[in-house]
Amino acid sequence: MLEIDSLTARYGRAQILNGVSLTLGRNEVVALLGRNGAGKSTTMKSVMGLVRQTGGSIRLDGANILGRASHLICRAGIGYVPEDRRIFGELTVEENLEVGRRPAREGAPQWTTDHLFQLFPNLAERRQNLGKQLSGGEQQMLSIARTLMGNPSLVLLDEPSEGIAPVIVEQMANVISELKREGLSVLLSEQNLHFAREVSDRAYIIEKGTMRYEGDFADLDARPEVSAQYLAV
Amino acid sequence: MGFYLAQLLTGLANASSLFLIASGLSIIFGVTRIVNFAHGSFYMLGAYLAYTLVTTLQGGIPGYWFSVLAAAVLVGGIGLVVELTILRRIYRAPELFQLVATFGVVLIVQDATLAIWGAEDLLGPRAPGLDRAVRLMGEPIPEYDLALIAIGPAVLAAIWLVFHRTRWGVLVRAATQDREMVGALGVNQAWLFSAAFVLGSALAGLGGALQIPREAVSLQMDLSIIGEAFVVVVIGGMGSVTGAFVAAVLISVLNAFAILIFPQVSIVLPFVVMAAVLIVRPYGLFGRPGSEHGGAEEPEQPLRLLDQRSTMVLLALVAMLAFSPAVVSDFTTILLVDVMVATLFAVSLHFMMGIGGMVSFGHAAYFGVGAYAAAMAVKMLGWGMLPAMALGPVAAALAALFFGWFCVRLSGVYLAMLTMAAAQILWGVTFQWQEVTGGDDGILGVWPAEWASSDRVYFYLALVLCLGGIWLLRRVAHSPFGYTLRGVRDSRIRAEAIGIDTRFHQWMGFTLAGTLAGLAGAVFVFSKGSVFPDALSIGHSIDGLIMVLLGGIHALAGPVYGAMAMVLIEDWVSRLDYWRFIFGGIILTVVLLAPDGIAGGVRRLIQLVRRDAA
Repeated sequence: MLEIDSLTARYGRAQILNGVSLTLGRNEVVALLGRNGAGKSTTMKSVMGLVRQTGGSIRLDGANILGRASHLICRAGIGYVPEDRRIFGELTVEENLEVGRRPAREGAPQWTTDHLFQLFPNLAERRQNLGKQLSGGEQQMLSIARTLMGNPSLVLLDEPSEGIAPVIVEQMANVISELKREGLSVLLSEQNLHFAREVSDRAYIIEKGTMRYEGDFADLDARPEVSAQYLAV
Repeated sequence: MGFYLAQLLTGLANASSLFLIASGLSIIFGVTRIVNFAHGSFYMLGAYLAYTLVTTLQGGIPGYWFSVLAAAVLVGGIGLVVELTILRRIYRAPELFQLVATFGVVLIVQDATLAIWGAEDLLGPRAPGLDRAVRLMGEPIPEYDLALIAIGPAVLAAIWLVFHRTRWGVLVRAATQDREMVGALGVNQAWLFSAAFVLGSALAGLGGALQIPREAVSLQMDLSIIGEAFVVVVIGGMGSVTGAFVAAVLISVLNAFAILIFPQVSIVLPFVVMAAVLIVRPYGLFGRPGSEHGGAEEPEQPLRLLDQRSTMVLLALVAMLAFSPAVVSDFTTILLVDVMVATLFAVSLHFMMGIGGMVSFGHAAYFGVGAYAAAMAVKMLGWGMLPAMALGPVAAALAALFFGWFCVRLSGVYLAMLTMAAAQILWGVTFQWQEVTGGDDGILGVWPAEWASSDRVYFYLALVLCLGGIWLLRRVAHSPFGYTLRGVRDSRIRAEAIGIDTRFHQWMGFTLAGTLAGLAGAVFVFSKGSVFPDALSIGHSIDGLIMVLLGGIHALAGPVYGAMAMVLIEDWVSRLDYWRFIFGGIILTVVLLAPDGIAGGVRRLIQLVRRDAA
């Protein structure tokens, strides 16, 4: 459903992506692996229309969305959960969800606050708290829940396991499985190979703005030199 | 006792008016990040429209209140037109560039108002039903003041309900924190911005409309309120409506009592309070640091040294300038001195903003200090021209050292506002300290020494000093100190992490910029023979700001283009009727055609020509 072809992206004179290609099928969970600064976040931001100087093409169900305004990309069915969560700290949990609320979309699961509070029980207890009062893990949950309020068909999850407690990382894995069960597609960026393997169907490895590897985890495990070269710190 | 109660109530009534305009300004800034200089114009239009509606409708109590509301709605509509036709096209331009456009709107509205309603002050009718005074503890209190005291909190409550009980309000509050994220969640920012702009404009219009029973409607209303409105917004914290209310009450009530002790204080009091608040709370009483995300700006490009061909062109232009007195009239020679003074002033401000990353809304302070120091050295100390001229930049440096120490503790718009406060305090002192500065009458008869008294000789003196100053700033921009300043501008955190004392470098950059503005002031005062408090006014600071932004903040040549354009266009159009309208129109045209400033426009034009030639 998502096809990225020869995507380039720049910030001023700094070239971040040099022709990245990637495909994501319907109801598939794909991991985008790579070290810090490899281009994972920039790839996601480019899909979301948040990087201005881009080239190549990004197709959603065949239609090119590169260059479209960010809100139109969201309305076309792509939900974005940014790396640093970007919770509205001065708004309550419920108000944060309200900002994300969009009308139901055909062919995509529809989410309600009640359903989301079942999926994220911690948030239910804190619905009247301000975003800035939540812990890092709770903010990550809220960021995902807020995006789901837009009833997306595809979710871009930018490093969901970064900087949160191991027990929450486990919960996060369950949430991603739940999203897949609901019929969503997920593009997940990760540095945590263990976590990515647990939840994803396939993987890409990006390094210095270029795709270095594409395949499933069995194949990746059979070639330890690949992860040693591009992922080991 | 009753007298103090009366003072308190007057203060609270003033607070309501001030709150209405400031809340609108705060909402607009919070959502769109636009520093809207046209907000005072919306306030003035509200007053004029309400005057016309009230006097034509004559409908008693319902007629009066209908007129007030209708004026607010009409001003909201005017705000919508401004947003849709101008601001919407330039949201992606460098930060603060939009304020140039709003300044163009100020000029156009001034002349349009003059054309429609005439130059005479208009005295509005009293509010029907509220036209008497009630006695409280023996003191007469206008009923209308009591009504205003009720209206302020009522509007605050209404805004609070809208912001907390409607989806639109939640979106506005979210956008105030992180508008890019709101867009990524599917909200059309353009629509949200328009709506916030309309609401903000309508509140300004309402504030103006409610003033007509209290003060004469005049063409000075726009600029007289805008400084104070900014102060209130900043004290409260930009984007916070509750903060605007608290700050409006604080300022107005303090003012009502302070004038009893020291009547001249009201001009500078708001600015002193703002300076005090910002030093303790750098984001105002209720403000929060904004999100780093969604800045419209492209990253700064490295500065490049001139290549050989550009150096030749530049030298040829300087040579042409140097030979020009031989061919042009004396009048043009004098105009060229004006251009050079304005250019040095603009380049020094650009050094502070473009290289140092510190936006100043009060750079004229140092220009003015330089000019006054030179003038006072001649008049009071009997110094000769050259030593007096040398004193100008020295005095400006001392002033910049003093105020800069406070300013560099802040950043962004808050820093800009503190520079404005500093300038306004200096202006207030100059304006009121009659015995030393001559007050409103200024200092006259400051002429060059005998040997430099011909226009041509003075031209060469100005040429050497101004070009020397510009050359010095350019050298410094390319020096290690300049690199450090640019590093701090691009990322204060990273600069600090590699061991740079960021505040100290910014402080020194601030001082250097102030010193050269002072040199421009010293050259200015001997070319005019006089200096008035205008030299330090906010208006003059804004002139500098427009020159830098219109010229293009990302290029070293930007302020040079901007200053030349500003002085030459002003000289040309100010002889025409309705010149403000024309000037405003020119500014808007440039803004829409070249959102990266004149320098950016010129660069794109050259690229276009080269591509065609190739």
